[in-house]
Amino acid sequence: MAKKNDGYLSAAESRRISRENRRITDQLEKKRKRKNVPESEYLTQMRDPENAVEFDDLHTYFFTDAGTVKSVDGVSFDVPIGKTVGVVGESGCGKSVTSLSLMQLLQRPQGQIISGSIRLNMGNGKAYEISNVPQEKMQKLRGNMISMIFQEPMTSLNPVFRIGAQIDEVIALHDGEGKSKEEIKKRSIEALDMVGIANSEGVYNMFPHELSGGMRQRVMIAMALVCSPRIIIADEPTTALDVTIQAQILDLLRNLKDKINSSIMLITHDLGVIAEMADYVVVMYAGRVIEKGTAEEIFAHPAHPYTIGLMASKPVVGRKVDKLYSIPGKVPNPINMPDYCYFRDRCEMKLPCCDGEYPCMISLSPTHKVSCYRFYEEHLKEAEAVDMPEEIREQLRASAQIAAETEK
Amino acid sequence: MADNTITKGNYEPVVYDDQYILMVNGLKKYFPIKGGLLNRVVGHVKAVDGVTFNLKRGTTMGLVGESGCGKTTTGRTILRLAGEKTDGQVLFNGKEVYDLSPREMRDMRTKMQIIFQDPFSSLSPRLPVGEIIGEAVREHNLVPKAEFDDYIDQVMDKCGLQPFHKDRYPHEFSGGQRQRICIARALALNPEFVVCDEPVSALDVSIQAQIINLLNDLQEQFKLTYLFISHDLSVVEHISDTIGVMYLGDLVEYGSKEDIFRNPLHPYTQALFSAIPIPDPTAKMNRIVLEGSIPSPANPPTGCKFHTRCRMCTQKCKEVTPVQREVEPGHFVVCHNYDRQ
Repeated sequence: MAKKNDGYLSAAESRRISRENRRITDQLEKKRKRKNVPESEYLTQMRDPENAVEFDDLHTYFFTDAGTVKSVDGVSFDVPIGKTVGVVGESGCGKSVTSLSLMQLLQRPQGQIISGSIRLNMGNGKAYEISNVPQEKMQKLRGNMISMIFQEPMTSLNPVFRIGAQIDEVIALHDGEGKSKEEIKKRSIEALDMVGIANSEGVYNMFPHELSGGMRQRVMIAMALVCSPRIIIADEPTTALDVTIQAQILDLLRNLKDKINSSIMLITHDLGVIAEMADYVVVMYAGRVIEKGTAEEIFAHPAHPYTIGLMASKPVVGRKVDKLYSIPGKVPNPINMPDYCYFRDRCEMKLPCCDGEYPCMISLSPTHKVSCYRFYEEHLKEAEAVDMPEEIREQLRASAQIAAETEK
Repeated sequence: MADNTITKGNYEPVVYDDQYILMVNGLKKYFPIKGGLLNRVVGHVKAVDGVTFNLKRGTTMGLVGESGCGKTTTGRTILRLAGEKTDGQVLFNGKEVYDLSPREMRDMRTKMQIIFQDPFSSLSPRLPVGEIIGEAVREHNLVPKAEFDDYIDQVMDKCGLQPFHKDRYPHEFSGGQRQRICIARALALNPEFVVCDEPVSALDVSIQAQIINLLNDLQEQFKLTYLFISHDLSVVEHISDTIGVMYLGDLVEYGSKEDIFRNPLHPYTQALFSAIPIPDPTAKMNRIVLEGSIPSPANPPTGCKFHTRCRMCTQKCKEVTPVQREVEPGHFVVCHNYDRQ
């Protein structure tokens, strides 16, 4: 028994799981591989036509031989048109999987969208349900509608092809119908110009290794933006870069977004970058959204204990602390998620009621939502009595007060 | 055409001062570039090009700069891990590190240790954790055989590892735990001086805080001296007492943390600090955006190396190499703008 808790699986057990997995994934794959799916099957309505993407109770699971990993377990948030939404969280919290679900780039057949929906606004009143879109149609959406800037420019560029060929390929695949090679080349060079590469014709004929890290990231951005997508997913676009280069790249992203009027979904773990870029912030923990709101709300009045802990654990230039706050414990095992609040075991402000089932989202203001029992009206009093660091208590009080005011 | 002659001895020898554990004077480390028909040396990558600073006992010096500016090479050259130095002095407790015999150097190694950046590639996957931490202790005969196991348990406990972790292998640990193993490995030898080469860059924010707190606690407990290399300025500000800013192999500014953050003097430092993202969406800042990218260290610009990107560049900067001068007590800068004072 003790071994079982350690994540130990017998061979027979493992075989049983993988047979079961095969059964589930085969079914889903069969559905996906059908040909000539009528458009009506994936046509849907946006809840709000002002949104570019709506994630609604998305569940993305990975069926591994050790058990089912619920990487994304009920995520809902919106990306409004022309805005930047920042998604923050520790590694493994499901932020990348959320974006890969939107691109349909999950590692299949293990990774599958199980339930929930991702609605993509196609403009003129049309909307697609991404989880039902067949593969050949998805090919058309990627690049034109949604595109992605990957984290590591070193590994995401192909070292054996010239920069030009790699950008040309994007145009030819997604938007190349009826275009001659010269036209495509011209467009590639324009894209390189757009991202601020001075010697664009020269760079067109270079190999990735001839460029610096910042230049490579610019090429990646050029590749992602060359077909003017409506949604740009930037997955940790500056993590591998130096601060001075990071500043350049963030400036560039912001300007380009306005130029082609698209939305950005910015995935990062750097709260500084989020504060600078994002209009809305979504905080994820262990596959769920625990708090969301506008950037001002989240940074001025973080409500969820995890968000507060995350902010306190990052040193800030000009703010002096003797000891950094560190969140105790670690993320629960994704295969065996508890049935209570996932953060309870690490939470220093837990209440008796936290033993109950996973808390629902509660609104602190029309835009600011948090999933924590502390802000349920019937528990507000109890929450005051718990022992905790004074500065955190102040943060919580302020948030609770705002909640109470909006209630009235 | 790159110049492949090396000027040596271009520094004033320093006199050992007891309060400093480490004195680095005019340190240079060039890597040869070979090429041509006979595979001769055709040039040098000037990774570290005249770095001078002193480090007080029990304090932390932060070394910041862009990637490729020579921070890591500086750290490794001080520890004599990068082959022979090209020029300059490294005095550790008053002894020139590069003059020690192999035998003396071996003993010295227990006093100076390093924690590497990437905890995923710096631990041998084939050794259990107890062996990783204890290997060097046994090699150096630091503790009697009978006490060996207890000693390793103690060290692991101090670094926040459980004794039962001893028989596990590195792949069974998370990033933060692996970094603790790296720290335990360095501290098992009872060092006086530890080079921390980007110890938290590969970790998550909440884990970063744990490791930084651990490093701070250990410093207090064992009176350690750190050379903390990082490109994350907020972490450096938190942990350091003095800060050195490097650009293209030069230490362009050096001083106490308060001086550097309150009053950055070098234009590069100013640009670097203005680029730090602040986690407050209401904050508006005047960002100094540096144009272009860092020049090649094989063929650095003449005069001041920063003049190609500097917004205060004058004719003099392009021709004359600036020297380090003390603008305020303990605050050094390498820039012509401060010549007049």
